[in-house]
Amino acid sequence: MSYEAWILIVGSLAGITCGITGCFLILRKLSMLADAISHTVLLGIVLAFIVSQSMSGIYMLVGAAIVGLLTAVCVQMLHHAGIQEDASIGVVFTFLFAVGVILITMFADDVHLDVDHALMGEITFVPWDLVQWGFLPELPKAFLMLSTVLIINLVVIGFFYKELKLTSFDPQMAAAIGIPVLFIHYLLMGLVSITTVASFDSVGAILVVAMLIAPGASAYLLTDRLSIMLLLSALLGVAAAVIGYYLASWLDVSISGSMATINGIIFALVFFFSPTKGLISKKFSMKRLKVD
Amino acid sequence: MNDLLKMIMFDANTQWVLLGTVLLGVASGVLGSIALLRKQSLIGDAVAHAALPGICMAFLLTGEKSLLVLLLGATITGLLAAYCIQYIISSSIIKEDAAICLVLSVFFGFGIVLLTRVAQSSSGNKSGLNDFIFGQAASLVGNDVKLMAGAAAVLIFVTALIFKELKVLTFDPAFAKGLGLPTGFLNFLFLSLLVAAVVIGIQAVGVILMAALLITPAIAARYWTNSLSKMIVISGIFGAVSGMSGTFLSTLGQGLPTGPFIVVTATALFLISMLFAPERGLVTKWIKRMVNNKQLRNNKLLHSEKRSGYHEL
Repeated sequence: MSYEAWILIVGSLAGITCGITGCFLILRKLSMLADAISHTVLLGIVLAFIVSQSMSGIYMLVGAAIVGLLTAVCVQMLHHAGIQEDASIGVVFTFLFAVGVILITMFADDVHLDVDHALMGEITFVPWDLVQWGFLPELPKAFLMLSTVLIINLVVIGFFYKELKLTSFDPQMAAAIGIPVLFIHYLLMGLVSITTVASFDSVGAILVVAMLIAPGASAYLLTDRLSIMLLLSALLGVAAAVIGYYLASWLDVSISGSMATINGIIFALVFFFSPTKGLISKKFSMKRLKVD
Repeated sequence: MNDLLKMIMFDANTQWVLLGTVLLGVASGVLGSIALLRKQSLIGDAVAHAALPGICMAFLLTGEKSLLVLLLGATITGLLAAYCIQYIISSSIIKEDAAICLVLSVFFGFGIVLLTRVAQSSSGNKSGLNDFIFGQAASLVGNDVKLMAGAAAVLIFVTALIFKELKVLTFDPAFAKGLGLPTGFLNFLFLSLLVAAVVIGIQAVGVILMAALLITPAIAARYWTNSLSKMIVISGIFGAVSGMSGTFLSTLGQGLPTGPFIVVTATALFLISMLFAPERGLVTKWIKRMVNNKQLRNNKLLHSEKRSGYHEL
C-alpha cells in the first residue's frame, strides 16, 4: 500500500479508537484524567525501556498501562485524602511527567525516545516502521498496535456496554444494583492507558488528548443517545484525521498538530451550528419563544 | 559543590537567574493559592499550553526573538484560551473538565503546527522556541531575567493591593456582589494576573510543567494553615524554594532541563506537608489517633476496675 494510505489508515484508526473511548470520559467528567494519563504514559515508556533495554511495542504497552493505572490510583488516593480533584490531578501528572523527562535526559538520551517525538508523534515515519507478527505479512507497527487496541476496546465496551452506560449516567443506582463501580472505573482507565500508548507512538501525547476529547465533545452537542454519540465521535475522529493530513501536506506542517487543529475547528463549527444544541439554533429558539 | 558556590557568589548571570526563578516561584505560589481555592488550578495548565501558539505567532509576525514580543503573544493567546474555556462552559452542556482539555490540546496542537512552520521559515532555525516547551532557565540572559523578575515583582505587588477584594470574591462571591465590588472586572483582573504568571514562567519552567508551579506549592501550603493570608505566604515560600533548588539541580549536569527539577522539588515539599504537617498531616493524624486510642483503652480499664470494685463492695 502507498505511503499516504498508511498514514491515513493509522490516523483514522487512532481517531476511531480515541473517539469511542473519549465519549465515556466526557460523560464521566474524567477528561482531565485523560490529559494526565497522556502525559504520564511517557514515564511508563521510559521505565519500560530502562527495564527491558528494548523499544519493543509490547513492553511499552505494558509499562504505559501500568503507569496509566498508577496515575488513576494516585489521583483517587489524594482525592480520598481530602484534596480537591483538579488539584490532585495536577500534582500527580506534573510530578510523574517531570520524573519521566528527567529519566529520559539521564538514561535514554541517545535512543529515538526523545521528548519532542513523544509530544508531537512521528506519524510521518509510521509507514517505514515495519514489523512481522506471526503469519501476517510485514505491516507498520503503529497499524498493528492500533488495530489490536481497537479490537480490545470494542470487545470490552461491547461486553460491558450496559455497565459502562449505567455507571456513567447514574453511579449511585449502579452501585445500588450491585455493579462494581470502582472496577468499571479502573477498567476504563486501563482502556484509556492502552489507547493512549498505542496512539502516542504515532500521533504524540498532545494529539491523543485532542483526539480523545474533541470528537466526543462535538458528538455530545449533536445527539442525546449514547450509541449514536459513540458512532458520531468515531466518524468525526476519522474526518479530523483525514482532513488534518491533507491540510498538513498542503501547508507542509506537523501532521499531528494539524489533526488536533482540525479537531478544534470541527468542535467550533458544531458549537455554533449544531441543529439542537448549537449557539445559533438556541438563539433562534429563544427568539421564537419571545414572539410566541 | 565549590564550583557551584563560586558560581552563585560571583557570576552575575546566575544570580539573576536565581532571583528570577525565586520571584517567579513566589508570584506563582501566591496566585496559585487563590486559583486553587477558586478551583481554577487547571485553567493555569490550559493557559500554559495555549501560550505556545502565541509565542510562535509573535515570532512569525515580527521575525525576531525578542522576549517581550514573544511573551506578549503568549499573553494574548493565553487570555483567549481562558475566555474560550469560560465561554464554552457558560453557553453549552460541555462541562468544565472537557472544556479545559479541549482548549488545551487544540491550542497546543495549533502551536505545534506553527512551530513546524517556524522551523521552515526563512530564518531557518527554530531559534530556541523549543526551549519553551520544557524550559531552560540556564539559557536566560541578563535582560530577559530582569524582565521576568520585574514582572514577577509587579504581579506580587498587584496581588497584595487587591488581596482583600480577591479574598471576598473567592470565599463568598454573592456577598462580594452585594457589597458592590466590580466582580466581573475582578475576575478578569485575576485571570489576567494568572495568565501573566504563567507567561513569565514558561521560559524557565516550560509550558507543560508550569501548571505544577501554580498547583503544587499551593496545595502543600493548604496543609499548614486555615488562614488565606498565611497560606499565600507559605505557598510563596514553597514556590521560591522549589524555583531555587530546581535551578541548582539543573546546573549540576549538562543539558538538564530546569522545569522538571523544580516540579520534583515542589512535589517533595508537598509530600512532606501531606504526611507531617501539624494537625492535618496524615502521619500526625495517625499518631494522634494512636495516642487517643491508648487513652481510651486506659480509661476503659480504669472504668471496669472501678466497676468490679463496686461489685465487691
